[in-house]
Amino acid sequence: MSGSDTTPRMLTPDVAAARAGQMLNTARWAADSFAKMDNETVRMVVKAMSEAGFAKAKDYAEWAVRETGYGRVAHKIMKNEGCSRGIFEKYGDLDFVAPRISHEAKTVELARPAGVVFALTPVTNPVATVYFKALLAVMTRNAIVISPHPGAKEVCADAVRTLAVAAQSAGAPAGLIQVVEEPTIPLIDHFMTSDDVDLIVATGGPAVVKAAYRSGNPAIGVGSGNAPVLVDDTCDLRKAAKYIVDSKGFDNSILCTNESTILAFESVADQLLQQLKNARAHVCKPQEVEALRKLLFTDSGFNVDMIGKDASLIAEAAGFRAPGAEILVAPVELIQPEETLVREKLCPVLAFGRVDDINQGIAAARSVMRKSGKGHSAVIHSTDERRILSYANAVPALRIVVNVGCSLGASGFETHLGPSMTIGTGFAGGSSVGANLKPENFINMARIAYNKSDAEPFGVFEGLARDTVAAPLPAIHTFPSTAPSAPQAGGEMRAELRQLIQEELKAILTA
Amino acid sequence: MFDYSAFSFADKEELYAKAKKFWNPGKVDFWRGEGIDLVIDRREGYYLYDIEGRRLIDLHINGGTFNFGHSHPELVETLKLALDHFDIGNHWFPSAARTAFAEEFLKTAPGMDYCVFGAGGAEAVELAIKSARYATQKRRIVSIIKGYHGHSGLSVATGDDRFSKIFLADRPEEFAQVPYKDLDALEAELKKGDVAAFILETIPATYGFPMPTAEYLQGCASLCRKYDVMYIADEVQTGLMRTGHMWGWQAYGIQPDIFVSAKGISGGIYPISVACMTDRCAAWQKEDGAAHITTAGGSELGCVVGLKVLEMLQRPEIVANVHAVAQFFADGLGEIQAQNSDIFGGIRQKGVILGLEFEHPEGAVYASKALYEHGVWAIFSSLDKRVLQFKPGVVLDAPLCQEILDRFSAAMPTLRKKLASAPKH
Repeated sequence: MSGSDTTPRMLTPDVAAARAGQMLNTARWAADSFAKMDNETVRMVVKAMSEAGFAKAKDYAEWAVRETGYGRVAHKIMKNEGCSRGIFEKYGDLDFVAPRISHEAKTVELARPAGVVFALTPVTNPVATVYFKALLAVMTRNAIVISPHPGAKEVCADAVRTLAVAAQSAGAPAGLIQVVEEPTIPLIDHFMTSDDVDLIVATGGPAVVKAAYRSGNPAIGVGSGNAPVLVDDTCDLRKAAKYIVDSKGFDNSILCTNESTILAFESVADQLLQQLKNARAHVCKPQEVEALRKLLFTDSGFNVDMIGKDASLIAEAAGFRAPGAEILVAPVELIQPEETLVREKLCPVLAFGRVDDINQGIAAARSVMRKSGKGHSAVIHSTDERRILSYANAVPALRIVVNVGCSLGASGFETHLGPSMTIGTGFAGGSSVGANLKPENFINMARIAYNKSDAEPFGVFEGLARDTVAAPLPAIHTFPSTAPSAPQAGGEMRAELRQLIQEELKAILTA
Repeated sequence: MFDYSAFSFADKEELYAKAKKFWNPGKVDFWRGEGIDLVIDRREGYYLYDIEGRRLIDLHINGGTFNFGHSHPELVETLKLALDHFDIGNHWFPSAARTAFAEEFLKTAPGMDYCVFGAGGAEAVELAIKSARYATQKRRIVSIIKGYHGHSGLSVATGDDRFSKIFLADRPEEFAQVPYKDLDALEAELKKGDVAAFILETIPATYGFPMPTAEYLQGCASLCRKYDVMYIADEVQTGLMRTGHMWGWQAYGIQPDIFVSAKGISGGIYPISVACMTDRCAAWQKEDGAAHITTAGGSELGCVVGLKVLEMLQRPEIVANVHAVAQFFADGLGEIQAQNSDIFGGIRQKGVILGLEFEHPEGAVYASKALYEHGVWAIFSSLDKRVLQFKPGVVLDAPLCQEILDRFSAAMPTLRKKLASAPKH
């Protein structure tokens, strides 16, 4: 190009948006064809995906930490394994194909996949969320297009390709699982607002979730967490401390279910602090607390450079030393949102406040969640059922986990809530779902419903497949099968044509 | 009132009357006589809308012209942006757009050396024939009976009598025709030693897409080689990914000396055509580059659009879509055919090129009508009216394919009634 002007002489249209549309077409073809498959094929596809994901759990854990700079490899391996083989073990035997017959209700239910799912995955739990959403979508016979957070796009794209190859080799149609290799805001917007998307499943910051709901498409978005931890005088303090430190240290607090603020009964607070120290927590001195406050919260919010970093590194960045510490405990006086340290912290820093009794504890928990975390998670370490019930009744969380670490407790790995990388935060948390995301969230049910009067007997559906009507028999010939105007078009030609078509089909299938 | 600001018509009858008076009485009468009461107005994707608002799904796509559907937004935007810089251009001078398009086009066609541009398919065929004559210094051209290559002076002489005799444009001394799929007859002509070129549509469209075998096409090509005859592949309807390959000759593993592309390469929005040829065939350009002059041929706007068409067609997701569409109709039409084999005799298919055989000498004319009544526009083959040309576009999506199939299935009883009362030929 001559001269210094680098503006192109002619402009061309944006290719990315156009290709996005075609990805959705591809997904639709795949969804249509996959929806016709039987349960055994679906199960084998999901199994193949989960095994392929499991096999790469370690590679991707290392890659994710390398690419994003967040979290801990060992813990990411656990999450990747839990969200691959773990998910298959939990849900693999569910049948979303066979009709579900209820004689009492005189209904037959047919699971109807959403179709094309568009999923956003976060930078914090990149591969685990890719695995989780892809497996849930596919086990319910959906196609999925995954748009990873740009900060983790490379590892996620590779993970999606691994799952896609495994699925295809187990009999899934090409294009069932796709990834947006270069996610940009306009491109994501294009996907989210497309009429060709049936369901958006958004995990990420509040902006992403709100955008998903604004898109006009059916959406499941989930809000952010900020879990208070009430520790009363009836629990085993040693165990409670261990649960808390392990959970807060898990993947350096990168799960949205990690603990935010301990609310310790005054009567046991000092003992608890000692137990926390025993469990390798560093309890900060007042000047260290002040340094942490400055480091972690800037005018523009949480310091993203500290997300998922080791406790010792955070201490160093704040100007003190905490060698070997799993977590940093920051005692605070005020338990109100204006104390920034009680807000959500995706790093192993845990605020610590004191309360006189359960009533004050509940009030404090509500204060912690006032600014963020509504509809998400809360923890209580107690053996007093009345306190547990009042706490659960009063705090605006939808999962209140008891005597367990919150990271893996609220996300369903160490409770029976259902293992999930996507935590429904309900109406209070700006979401349409209030439970941990499950396969059922990806389907609708078509219901055959009989007249409830005894005068109309319920049918016998046992042993019937979804599509049981036989194809009609070929009609009887009433016209001559060859026409005089085409001498070549005899039986031989037709056989030849049929063979050509077969060859073409074969070529398509092997392509 | 159909008001287009620059012109207007009170109603469809006025439009018909004036079209008959000022434009083409034969065409106006023919379609109305067939009950196809269509004046295409708005168009969008694979939909056509009659001027009175009725929607039709377009499976005619003018032989691949609307391969990407009508007014594809990416192509339209490409053309609009190109108009900010280019126009038709000056055919005398080297041009950035033309050079870039030629280079990209040749990348899709290994073995070829030059792109010579025209404005339409017939011009590209003229160019092919003239180039072959120059290269071989021989005059005669051989084509197949029921072949079709356009309506200009040389191209029309290769085709059916219907289109040449009426204009006294048949030239039996220079143009010979042999039966399709008859290698012996072809060799008998070629061995006379005065033949410059053999021209063949890779799958003859106007003849109803009778499928060639690879052996036949390879046989044609090797006979051409044997007698030093240029093999011209007419790829106007078989090119541009419609066979599942960029060019039909690639699908059958043959290497022509010249091949011709038109229709779809224009994106349906700016006319352009290409005769793509070997160095030997293009050699006249070294002797006299201005031996063929064409003001509108290789227009720069057409080149920019053509470049975009090629880029889009080579995207993996578009190639995958072609295969998905092809497989969908192979399965779906196969089922419908099995259930209606009394009237629907067979399916000819390569990629998204399909010819559907109906059990009556003019079965496809009735099928076209029955489909038209069910909201689908597909045209019969002019030179074999048993066969309906069924031409899905390359970016058709799954829901629309399903809709086409459902409409097709619903049209079968209508067709059965029409055929039952049709005069037996």
